Amino acid sequence: MSKKSRALILALPGVAILLTVVWYFHRHTIAVLQPAGQIAQKERNLIIFALLLSVLVVVPVFTMAITIAWKYRENNHKTKKYSPDWDHSRLFESIWWGVPLVIILVLSVVTWRSSHALDPYKTLASTNKPITIQVVALNWKWLFIYPEQNIASVNQVQFPVNTPVNFDITSDTVMNSFWVPSLGGQIYAMPGMMTQLHLMADKAGSYRGSSANISGVGFAGMTFVAKAGSSSDFNNWVQSVKQGSQPLNQSTYKQLAKPSENNSVVYYSSEQPGLFDTTIMKYMEPTQ
Amino acid sequence: MIGLFAGVLGKLTLQSFPKDPITAGAAVGMVGLVFLVFLLLTFTKRWKWLYREWLTTTDHKKIGVMYLIVAGLMLLRGGSDALMLRAQQATSVGNSHGVISSDMFQQVFSAHGTIMIFFVGMGFMFGLINLVLPQQLGSRDVAFPFLNAVTFWLFASGMLLINMSLVVGAFSAAGWLAYPPLSELQFSPGVGVDYWIWSLQIAGIGSLLAGVNFLVTILKMRCTGMTLMRMPMFCWSVLGTMSLVVFAFPILTVTLTLLYLDRTLGMHFFTAGGGGNAMMYVNLIWAWGHPEVYILVLPAFGIFSEIVATFSRKRLFGYTSMVWAIWAIVALSFTVWLHHFFTMGAGADVNAFFGIMTMFIAIPTGVKIFNWLFTMYRGRIWFASPMIWFMGFVFLFTMGGVAGVLMAVPAIDFQVHNSLFLVAHFHTMIVSGVLFGYFAGLTYWFPKVFGFKLNERLGKYAARCWILGFVLAFAPLYILGLMGATRRLDHYSANLGWQPLFIIAGIGALIIAAGVGFQILQLVYSIWKRKETQVAGDPWNARTLEWATSTPTPIYNFAVVPEVHGRDAFWEAKQDKTEPDTPRYTAIRVPKNTPVPIIIAGFAFALSFGMVWHIWWLVVVGLLGAVVTIIIRTTSDDTERTITAAQVEKIEAELAARRQFA
Repeated sequence: MSKKSRALILALPGVAILLTVVWYFHRHTIAVLQPAGQIAQKERNLIIFALLLSVLVVVPVFTMAITIAWKYRENNHKTKKYSPDWDHSRLFESIWWGVPLVIILVLSVVTWRSSHALDPYKTLASTNKPITIQVVALNWKWLFIYPEQNIASVNQVQFPVNTPVNFDITSDTVMNSFWVPSLGGQIYAMPGMMTQLHLMADKAGSYRGSSANISGVGFAGMTFVAKAGSSSDFNNWVQSVKQGSQPLNQSTYKQLAKPSENNSVVYYSSEQPGLFDTTIMKYMEPTQ
Repeated sequence: MIGLFAGVLGKLTLQSFPKDPITAGAAVGMVGLVFLVFLLLTFTKRWKWLYREWLTTTDHKKIGVMYLIVAGLMLLRGGSDALMLRAQQATSVGNSHGVISSDMFQQVFSAHGTIMIFFVGMGFMFGLINLVLPQQLGSRDVAFPFLNAVTFWLFASGMLLINMSLVVGAFSAAGWLAYPPLSELQFSPGVGVDYWIWSLQIAGIGSLLAGVNFLVTILKMRCTGMTLMRMPMFCWSVLGTMSLVVFAFPILTVTLTLLYLDRTLGMHFFTAGGGGNAMMYVNLIWAWGHPEVYILVLPAFGIFSEIVATFSRKRLFGYTSMVWAIWAIVALSFTVWLHHFFTMGAGADVNAFFGIMTMFIAIPTGVKIFNWLFTMYRGRIWFASPMIWFMGFVFLFTMGGVAGVLMAVPAIDFQVHNSLFLVAHFHTMIVSGVLFGYFAGLTYWFPKVFGFKLNERLGKYAARCWILGFVLAFAPLYILGLMGATRRLDHYSANLGWQPLFIIAGIGALIIAAGVGFQILQLVYSIWKRKETQVAGDPWNARTLEWATSTPTPIYNFAVVPEVHGRDAFWEAKQDKTEPDTPRYTAIRVPKNTPVPIIIAGFAFALSFGMVWHIWWLVVVGLLGAVVTIIIRTTSDDTERTITAAQVEKIEAELAARRQFA
């Protein structure tokens, strides 16, 4: 066999693997790296920035590890220095205390700024009027209440694009975590407490959301769809939900709060004002 | 009659025994194995030997070996759990629901985490420390040999209790850190969480006591001339680790107690209602949990420091830097716990502070890596299997570190927290940092303990399988995390396209399993061929004092307590060609064997089992028994025996003869 054909045979599996990988990622989205909302996009940019910065350390470490290990291996018979008693160097040690320190200082500034800029509690600026959605984590589904639209839904949340969405989040069960990776980072949902998350979609589409914190047997099925569309889409959707016959009130809520797994989407034609607050406040009161 | 029965056995009934085939199979297998060992001991008439040589020993080297045996067995248990998790996630997609039920899956991942950290990580750590530390210090023993035996048996009781949950009852399904409210009685009504609490409770108290023991050993038991700044780096890492242990483990003990009070007496420390606050638990558990990570990894760093210097035939580079790096890590590790829950809604100031503190830990850790590389620079590197583990560590740990720095930025953490990205990150740190370090140490010190080397070829196969398998098992998890896959999913829908990646991860896990297979084969083969690989003193051309005494080490470690004049005392002694003086032996006091530690641990086990099943009379018996045994022991003066100078001379002569023979 000639050298050329041998190289070809060796290269073939490599190319095949590469093609498979390319094909795989072409078909599937990496939600965190292919954002559809401004928060997720800024978070993605941060990831890339921090990665590039860490290249400054990773590359020297890898290069040194490989070259030193190769050059100073015992059975390398080429002449090479051997200094068994050489055990410190102020210069070298200053470099590897100093350079990482500088990198970390740079990253610290970025961390401080980004922690404030991307604080999940911070409202988002936009010319469009924000919309408030209350989120209740239940065993094992997500309830979304629209106080302004007077509707509610289970395992599906819809809002217009380019409109800030203010999520007020709580749990009427154990701790969960509310996460829509395409739109932005997560926040815990905890009983007796309200957390907040502000997101905004800038591309229309359906995005997968889930709970990121273990909450019992039905945990894996606790997913929902976040749909972003035009504002007329949203209004149509609200109208269609209102056409439904089932309202969300104390008794339907009680029914819903019972543990159930892999729930399908449910719409409520109206919601009971104050339900979200009582859901939180009941944990503050003495247990009966 | 039934009522009386219920009173006597608490919550324990016939219903408590497993019914599903997998658990029942595992339970039967485990009980069968114990029975088999029992039979073997009876037929070979080894019971007396086992009792005299092992169960009642106070020799730190034998205690170390027992720690390693427990840790090794638990590695197999935790590893089987891991394979089950991988099998489930590779198959449970769309209409298929995989091999195990959702509840069982959750028990399995809870057990996997708990066992790997508490009984594999901690077990290997205390095992190696026991084997090596006193000898490295030029000491004849640890500060408190009796306490040392007690801590081992407490650790073993904790291990027994956690495995007991396979046979009677069920294990916790609330994750390895059992966050409330999920771990509260309302949501986890079974005994699983109580098993978790009490096995950690007794093992944790054992760890705390061991921490005190080794702290005092390092500070008070060093030989003449062994100043702190002349200690081998492993001793420094252990000093750092044990400082963390004595500050961190009390937090764990208190936290677990509060959770148990919630569950048993209806208190409201962490419940959802009644004024409880689960966030307090999350803070407390991580105030212990984050230092715990460094408790595990620092000794592994210490091992790498010894190994890199030895196998590069060169002094450790940047000794002073290394010491400072250890203490920087120790101090910083108590200031970063909040990075485990940036997503709990703390303000931007708080998050940013803890994020920045977290990144700072990367600096001393990086310094250590550079110093190791510069120890190799201008050395003569012998790539024996411990160095293969080290090289695997350097590459994987650096990558894991990058992922760690990413997650230290709160705004990035929001996107990867609780995802498989996080899972991949901490496995990278713990497997490559902790386990690889301990495996390297095990290979390195094995001949010290047993007098023969482990087979090198099989060791290298094992290391390569672990490294390759690790990359295949965890690289897909980083990607899956970024695709939005959260941790602990027992099922996902088919259209997400995650299955191929989970299958690759499963293949990686199988390759790691092959690595474990090679390790077992290595052990068996090396024992079989031990005559051929027998070593006398110093198989690796080592540098530190543990190799200065005979191999295997006699009970008193050093016939004549050494005196050191610098770092790398043994290496310096070897360079010095002058003939050593004829040793003058004196009588040596060594601790007597005693069954008391195992009795105390037995009572502690009874107490914990009673607590789990609400068998209150057993709790009282266990508590009283333990306290009374301790009191009786403290009144006894007859705890040591003397080895006379003549006996020492005889033992040394035998060891010298063996040296020449080998």
